[in-house]
Amino acid sequence: MAEIDIRAARKSYGKNPTLHGIDLNFQSGEFVVILGPSGCGKSTLLRMIAGLEDITSGEIAIDGRVVNRLEPRERGCAMVFQNYALYPHMTVAGNMGYALKVAGVPKPERERRIAETAKIVGLSDYLERKPAALSGGQRQRVAMARAIIREPKVFLFDEPLSNLDAKLRVTMRAEIRKLHQRLSATSVFVTHDQVEAMTLADKLVVMNKGHVEQVGHPLDVYHRPASTFVASFIGAPAMNLFESRVEVETASAYLGGAPVRLPSSLAASLRGKDVTIGIRPEHTIVATKGPGVAAEVDFIEELGAGRVVHMLVEGEPFAATIGEDLNVAPGDRVSLDLPLEHLHVFNRETGRRIDPSDLPADAPAQHCAPLLTTP
Amino acid sequence: MIQRTPYADAFTYFVMILGFILLIGPFLVIIAGATQTLQQINSVPFRFMPQGQFLENASAAWARADLARAIGNSFVMAGLITVGKVVLSAMTAFAIVYFRSPLRHFFFWAVFITLMLPLEVRVVPTYNVAADMFEPFRLLIAFVTGIEVSVEWNLLNSYAGLTLPLIATATGTFLYRQFFMTLPDELAEAARMDGSGPVRFFFEMLLPLSRTNMLALTTIMFVYGWNQYLWPLLMVTDPTYKTTMMSLSALVPSENATPDWNVTLAGTLIIMTPPLLVVALLQRWFVRGLVATEK
Amino acid sequence: MDKRSVFKSVWLPILFAAPQMLLVFLFFYWPAVAVLRWAFTLEPPFGGNAEFVGFANFVEVLTNPLYWNSVMVSVIFALAGTLTTIFIGLVLALAADRQLPGSGLFRFLYILPYAIAGPAAGMAFRFILSPERGIAASLNAMWPDFWNPAKYGSHALIFVIIIFAWKWAGYTFIFLFAGLQSVPKALTEAAAMDGSGPIRRAIDIQVPLLAPTLFFLLVIMMTEGFVGADTFGIVHRTTNGGPNHATEVMVFGIVNEAFQGLNYSGAAAQSIILIGLIMVFTFIQFRFVERRVHYK
Repeated sequence: MAEIDIRAARKSYGKNPTLHGIDLNFQSGEFVVILGPSGCGKSTLLRMIAGLEDITSGEIAIDGRVVNRLEPRERGCAMVFQNYALYPHMTVAGNMGYALKVAGVPKPERERRIAETAKIVGLSDYLERKPAALSGGQRQRVAMARAIIREPKVFLFDEPLSNLDAKLRVTMRAEIRKLHQRLSATSVFVTHDQVEAMTLADKLVVMNKGHVEQVGHPLDVYHRPASTFVASFIGAPAMNLFESRVEVETASAYLGGAPVRLPSSLAASLRGKDVTIGIRPEHTIVATKGPGVAAEVDFIEELGAGRVVHMLVEGEPFAATIGEDLNVAPGDRVSLDLPLEHLHVFNRETGRRIDPSDLPADAPAQHCAPLLTTP
Repeated sequence: MIQRTPYADAFTYFVMILGFILLIGPFLVIIAGATQTLQQINSVPFRFMPQGQFLENASAAWARADLARAIGNSFVMAGLITVGKVVLSAMTAFAIVYFRSPLRHFFFWAVFITLMLPLEVRVVPTYNVAADMFEPFRLLIAFVTGIEVSVEWNLLNSYAGLTLPLIATATGTFLYRQFFMTLPDELAEAARMDGSGPVRFFFEMLLPLSRTNMLALTTIMFVYGWNQYLWPLLMVTDPTYKTTMMSLSALVPSENATPDWNVTLAGTLIIMTPPLLVVALLQRWFVRGLVATEK
Repeated sequence: MDKRSVFKSVWLPILFAAPQMLLVFLFFYWPAVAVLRWAFTLEPPFGGNAEFVGFANFVEVLTNPLYWNSVMVSVIFALAGTLTTIFIGLVLALAADRQLPGSGLFRFLYILPYAIAGPAAGMAFRFILSPERGIAASLNAMWPDFWNPAKYGSHALIFVIIIFAWKWAGYTFIFLFAGLQSVPKALTEAAAMDGSGPIRRAIDIQVPLLAPTLFFLLVIMMTEGFVGADTFGIVHRTTNGGPNHATEVMVFGIVNEAFQGLNYSGAAAQSIILIGLIMVFTFIQFRFVERRVHYK
């Protein structure tokens, strides 16, 4: 159990900065997920917390103690690696007990804790096997057990599920969540998979290009993305974004020649401004005819529990999720209704969300559940 | 599958048998000769069938070339060289790969350039160093501080002298370096997270993991050590330290009497046997080491 | 290529590298500096300090016909030895690569000569190829002096080249066989579908794909022929440079000059020239040889 404080942490390799001043605070016992595309610096940040990477400037404190100059072993963190990093020449028991052995824990005590931990992760029957004789899922468990056994203050996960097949990933995800509830140690989990992020996080940190884009509860991040990057990164299929100028007279935006009404609270202040407007596919209403935005159906993805219709509006792609009752086929012309309470408005230049307090804080959940798919 | 034509197959076997005659034939001649009597071996044509005289010839050679001592010395020499090379190259590679020391490029190149300095081209001054190990240090100290120190350590006619100059190894160091580079970064990171320091990591992770490499390196280095010729020839004058390669000269048949090649061949065969066994029995490792060290 | 994460210590890497560094300094670099010094100085015959003589030692070496003889001998030895070993290795590798029943045994056997030290092999070949015995004897009976390495320089040179080739053919075989094994089977199968027979396939598909391995072996074997430990051992144990300097390879010349002639400066000048040659080979090897092979 520990609080983690990251203050103005920077990292550069030579002259190339990879992290530009990160400020974050993780509460004790929180499950934090750092989400971002590859190369955004999320792993670097994790490794800086672990002590595997130097901190170029700024501070990282664990439990109020600045750890910048401490060796990994002195920080009280345990880490689960993407490729598991099991010691290939040691048995499962040897892998699990290695940290304890290094720490000088006497053998009987060590064996007791190995047996205990093995029970938690369901490896009791495999203690004498070498990693090479285990399946992917079992290796993953050994990696977890190796972290758990140390009873660390902080768990660090570096994309631990990305080497597993889709089905196993779902199971392990649930297990990690359960394990966290049981151990309630502060956990920092790095991933590029938004489903993992949404399902696991108490606190979601979205990163891009060495900056923190947004921090918040996953649903908050989903419903009120702070930037066009977050808006397009979270949610599948991705949010539709289009650029428009807000007409001075009507205070409306335009898409495909048709006016798109904006929430009145925003509209007034945006007259004459260039904005980016976003709407999630699940909030876009498709009708076969009507006065809305004209679109042409490009192709349709059947997902079983729904369909995604991909359209073209003035040649630009636009997606919407529709029920099975609506009959459309590629080439059909349809009409889109973009309900103003679901519109997200961003400053076109900075990409930041505009005046979010004027938009409804909680989008009505009964309207349409977010459709997340496992890639 | 590619079709097999009987002619092509027959030709293939013909080539392989020809290769057998060329490469293994000499061994058969040696074996046949080593088992013949003085009279048999000097008769023309040569008999390729082994006879029953091997033990007599071997014991004659054994006595004439003092093979017991020579073989003992060769084992000590090859053993020390092998152990030294395996240990030192692992240590150097560890220093080069797992630390960001500013000296690591220096270490690397210092080892690399030795490839261009074979013994033959630096034989006299190397001999001088062996004769007076501390001379470089004495001169350096005198040069830097002006103080004359008089310590001497003569390596001539000693196991240290037979082995120390041959232990530095670029190929071994590169083999280990190559191997360490293929290990995933996470291995060291996981060990660090588990609280292991560099020395513990070296002994508990790297050494156990490099067993395969070590065995491969051991086989080629043993053969290398056993087959050393020029260096022992120069530096050993005391027969106590002479090696098998040196005892070859004692096996040359005398010019005056009927040449007893049977004894010579028996002795040569004995001398060839240890490295031959290594290559034959541990061929998998030997070949692996050979191919790997050329990377 | 660097490790992402490394240990932090100033002294440990130095400590770990120190033993080998010490040996390298004592037995490689200190002597190398001495060679360099001697190459440009001359010790007066009756004692006294060495005198700087510029390139005089090199001029003396390069104007000595015996030196040029040793260069010629070395070139012939290395070139003929290299080509022979590569040829034998290639032919045997092509045959073994066909994977006929029993070829595994041949593969096992072909590597064995590589275990034998040059001098020991030399000793045995003095008997095997002696003019008074075996095949050579019958040939000599028909044509007197058909084969007599003790008498004819050319025969002696062929003699040492045979020993060299015998020992190293297994080595080239290992690499060429490994190279052939890594040629995708689909390629030879495609050629077979196109109607080409085994020998055509070897010449059209397999050998061109082996080019990198062949080039690598060419460089390695040339280096071995010029300065390899076996080169000295073979010559020293068989012909001892004779008859009439016909087998005096460069390394033999250097060692002889130093220990028989006691002419350290001349030997040092020869050494410097040879080191330059090795550097060229090493440079070629690392500059142009990238692809390596994997033994099955």
